[in-house]
Amino acid sequence: MNAREAGDAAQRSSTREIVLARLRSAREAGNPATPVVVTREFATRGRLAPGTAEVLDRLDETLTDYKATVHRVGSEAEVARAVLKVLVDAAAAAVVVPPGLPGAWLDGFDGKVRRDGPPLSVVDLDTTDAVVTAAAVAIADTGTFVLAAAAPDQGRRAITLVPDHHVCVIRAADVVCSVPEAVARLDPSSPLTFVSGPSATSDIELDRVEGVHGPRRLDVVLVGP
Amino acid sequence: MTTDLGMPTVASDPHGHLRGTESFPEAAHRALADTQLRRNLGHATRTIRAKRAAVVGEVDDWEELRRAGETIKADTMARLPELLVQLEEQVTARGGVVHWARDAEEANRIVVDLVRGTGADEVVKVKSMATQETGLNEALEAAGVAAFETDLAELIVQLSHDRPSHFLVPAIHRNRAEIREIFLREMPDVDPSLTDEPRRLAMAARAHLRRKFLTARVGISGVNFAVAESGTLSVVESEGNGRMCLTLPDTLITVMGVEKVVPTWRDLEVFLQLLPRSSTGERMNPYTSTWTGVTPGDGPQTFHLVLLDNGRSNVLASPDGRQALHCIRCSACLNVCPVYERTGGHAYGSIYPGPIGAVLSPQLTGISGPDDVNASLPYASSLCGACFDACPVRIDIPHLLVQQRAAAIDAHTRPTAQDATMRAMALAMTTPARFRLAERALGLGRVLAGRKQRITALPWPMSGWTNARDLPAPPPETFRQWWSRTHGEDA
Amino acid sequence: MRIAVVATCLGDAMFPQAPIATVQLLERLGHEVVFPADQTCCGQMHVNTGYLDTALPVVRHHVEVFGRALDDGVDAIVAPSGSCVGCVRHQHAMVARRAGDEGLATAAEQGAARTYELSELLVDVLGVTDVGAYYPHRVTYHPTCHSLRMLRVGDKPLQLLRQVRGLQLVELPDAEVCCGFGGTFAVKNAETSTAMLADKMANVLTSRAEVCTAGDSSCLMHIGGGLSRLRSGVRTVHLAEILASTDRGDATADVIFEEASR
Repeated sequence: MNAREAGDAAQRSSTREIVLARLRSAREAGNPATPVVVTREFATRGRLAPGTAEVLDRLDETLTDYKATVHRVGSEAEVARAVLKVLVDAAAAAVVVPPGLPGAWLDGFDGKVRRDGPPLSVVDLDTTDAVVTAAAVAIADTGTFVLAAAAPDQGRRAITLVPDHHVCVIRAADVVCSVPEAVARLDPSSPLTFVSGPSATSDIELDRVEGVHGPRRLDVVLVGP
Repeated sequence: MTTDLGMPTVASDPHGHLRGTESFPEAAHRALADTQLRRNLGHATRTIRAKRAAVVGEVDDWEELRRAGETIKADTMARLPELLVQLEEQVTARGGVVHWARDAEEANRIVVDLVRGTGADEVVKVKSMATQETGLNEALEAAGVAAFETDLAELIVQLSHDRPSHFLVPAIHRNRAEIREIFLREMPDVDPSLTDEPRRLAMAARAHLRRKFLTARVGISGVNFAVAESGTLSVVESEGNGRMCLTLPDTLITVMGVEKVVPTWRDLEVFLQLLPRSSTGERMNPYTSTWTGVTPGDGPQTFHLVLLDNGRSNVLASPDGRQALHCIRCSACLNVCPVYERTGGHAYGSIYPGPIGAVLSPQLTGISGPDDVNASLPYASSLCGACFDACPVRIDIPHLLVQQRAAAIDAHTRPTAQDATMRAMALAMTTPARFRLAERALGLGRVLAGRKQRITALPWPMSGWTNARDLPAPPPETFRQWWSRTHGEDA
Repeated sequence: MRIAVVATCLGDAMFPQAPIATVQLLERLGHEVVFPADQTCCGQMHVNTGYLDTALPVVRHHVEVFGRALDDGVDAIVAPSGSCVGCVRHQHAMVARRAGDEGLATAAEQGAARTYELSELLVDVLGVTDVGAYYPHRVTYHPTCHSLRMLRVGDKPLQLLRQVRGLQLVELPDAEVCCGFGGTFAVKNAETSTAMLADKMANVLTSRAEVCTAGDSSCLMHIGGGLSRLRSGVRTVHLAEILASTDRGDATADVIFEEASR
């Protein structure tokens, strides 16, 4: 540590002490006479049981409502055919996949498959048409799926961000009804991305329009009953 | 492109943009005369109110969620210093560097030094109220660093050298035709055949910023929620510009007001339900990112978190007033406020407009005296109470407005004419004999009203009333006279 | 029932029609009404303008006057005003506590627990919705902010109006939006207040009502003052007056009014 860095560090720590001292005395001055009791009387479980046909139907509805295209398949064996149809329809020539994506999901795809390991450059990602991933959990009430960067079949954040088309495969076992059920299943120690529909904005007259900086096209392959 | 913001900077104020230059009625006067502005605001707030009502109506346990949000925030404030220390420990343990800033000026200096340290001469920014508050963009510009706002509405504001007028949609005061004009005028390489279709406008923003995102070395963000127990930060957004800024640069600098901390990860189960439905009227916003310190191989490998006080400790010291720190910046109170709908956000001077701004800004800055423009903010409300009903964390804004009015009166360094009138009236109202006398004096108003028994013009300050409304003549018989006459009791 | 009436300062001095109609209505329903003559004002204007210290003696006076009425055997206290009852119920104790007067705060809470806005008294306490009124006019109802959001009277006034014979109730568009009165707001921020009033008046005119009614004389003074300036021909009438009217004529017919003021 040179002299300037040492000086900066000393300055940082003294500011820290000043702010904390202010906050401590303010907290004492403003604290209510009776301690706060946190009430959590809201529903921690959703109306529909995880993984059921009903919860998948609701997820289908809410995803579709926010302009994702949903493809229902009965079993994992049918994923490849659904993914292939989506990629062919979109005329995707190259796709990126996270390092741990089941290889079988791209069976039959004769375009270029770029596996993100070792990591692809941003330029590579920008010239890739689509990305195919799994998801950690999906929320039927809100039409949301969550990508966990630590999961090998979801991968680091950039791969689902730069390509303009995201194909996400969601397994029935990972579908819950409500936000609290999803939050309980997630580990925040690595990056998470909650995705609800393709990128959108409400900034023009507060009306939602799809398609800004994130992927403009979102297909979901929903596996289960 | 230019990065001149044309903001009316208050460079000497270490608080940043928390105070305007004129009182609310003065600023509102101009806004009310702008019929285009009123149409834009009316259309946008009407749209969002309907969307919010629909998605809130879907949630059976909405009131329970509001109470949970309210009590989690109250608990947070009661433990704020400890939670911040915990957050600092967790972020540091995960490879982040935590800085503390007493005020806006100090926060800006920290960020400018950090950016300079990277050698970058431009940064990409996610919309953040905290850095709007500190006036970071101007500070960066002064240091020769170009700051690119990437949120669509913030981009519109920046390109048009305007000021934000809403938390969520800083360009809510602009309609699609005006946005098209701004893009055509200010975006280099824009397609000259650009129409005002919102989708086309969004595409133009995408094209304009794409290269910046892919090459940016430094990203700057705010925070929606910071989880003390895990050191996890989150940004709630729509467009993906947030994801770009949080993911692609080598260095990420995040500035957060100290009140953004929540105790546990589990608390997000409440706020991720309350915020999107209250704010954009969606079941869930398109993207929410969470990250914890530095993740090897994923995203920025250098991470700085700046914790900002800037008056928040003043607010925390007030037992009732500290509720204003519970705000999650959803903007529902703005959208339902009949005053905001008519004047827009600029009339509030501070970058925090609307009902919550009217109680937050004067507490953050303090009220220096009767001429302080922030003393006029708590009066910018008819106390209709719509803000409380819409608030997802049940902030009793009407009560805080009254409380801040009291603070404004307490700051009177010399008695005003209004003070004298109020005292005289209170005296009459505590002595029944004097009250009857005053009523009889009021009866003289019948002379003023003339034969039509309608008063159409009064001197200032009551001219504010008669400029647009008549006043009936006082009745020939008061209630108590009628009572005496019909019930035979002396009243 | 023995019921004490709060005339309200505005009702006593400027709009006696409302408290008079309240008295006549309750007497017609067979109740005994008393008027504690020392009453003045609840202090709302002081409180809502931020004069919490100045309001303290006004609040104390109100609490004492009506506390004595309760001691004298009054069962309930009624005011034909949502905002005055709102102040009594939600602000009196706050003003007292702020001044450190816990005794006054407790007394204020006891009084507030027995104080009702007119539609609350009728529907919740007396259990009537049909008060036997007759009012052959096309009427629209403006729910005032404090009755709606401070007192949560909900549709009680509408329940009462629906039972009035001859009355045609028409819907007011955007009914729940504030009219822009807001006490001293109407003067301090007169232009914003007027802009809000303009929209409220447009909605009243759209409803094609002959009469706009509400539970607060203050808001009616504001809306009525605007409609009068427009020469719109639409009148504002307090809810109590409509409920007090019978087929023998308007209840307040024995009140001395000039032709022009009606």
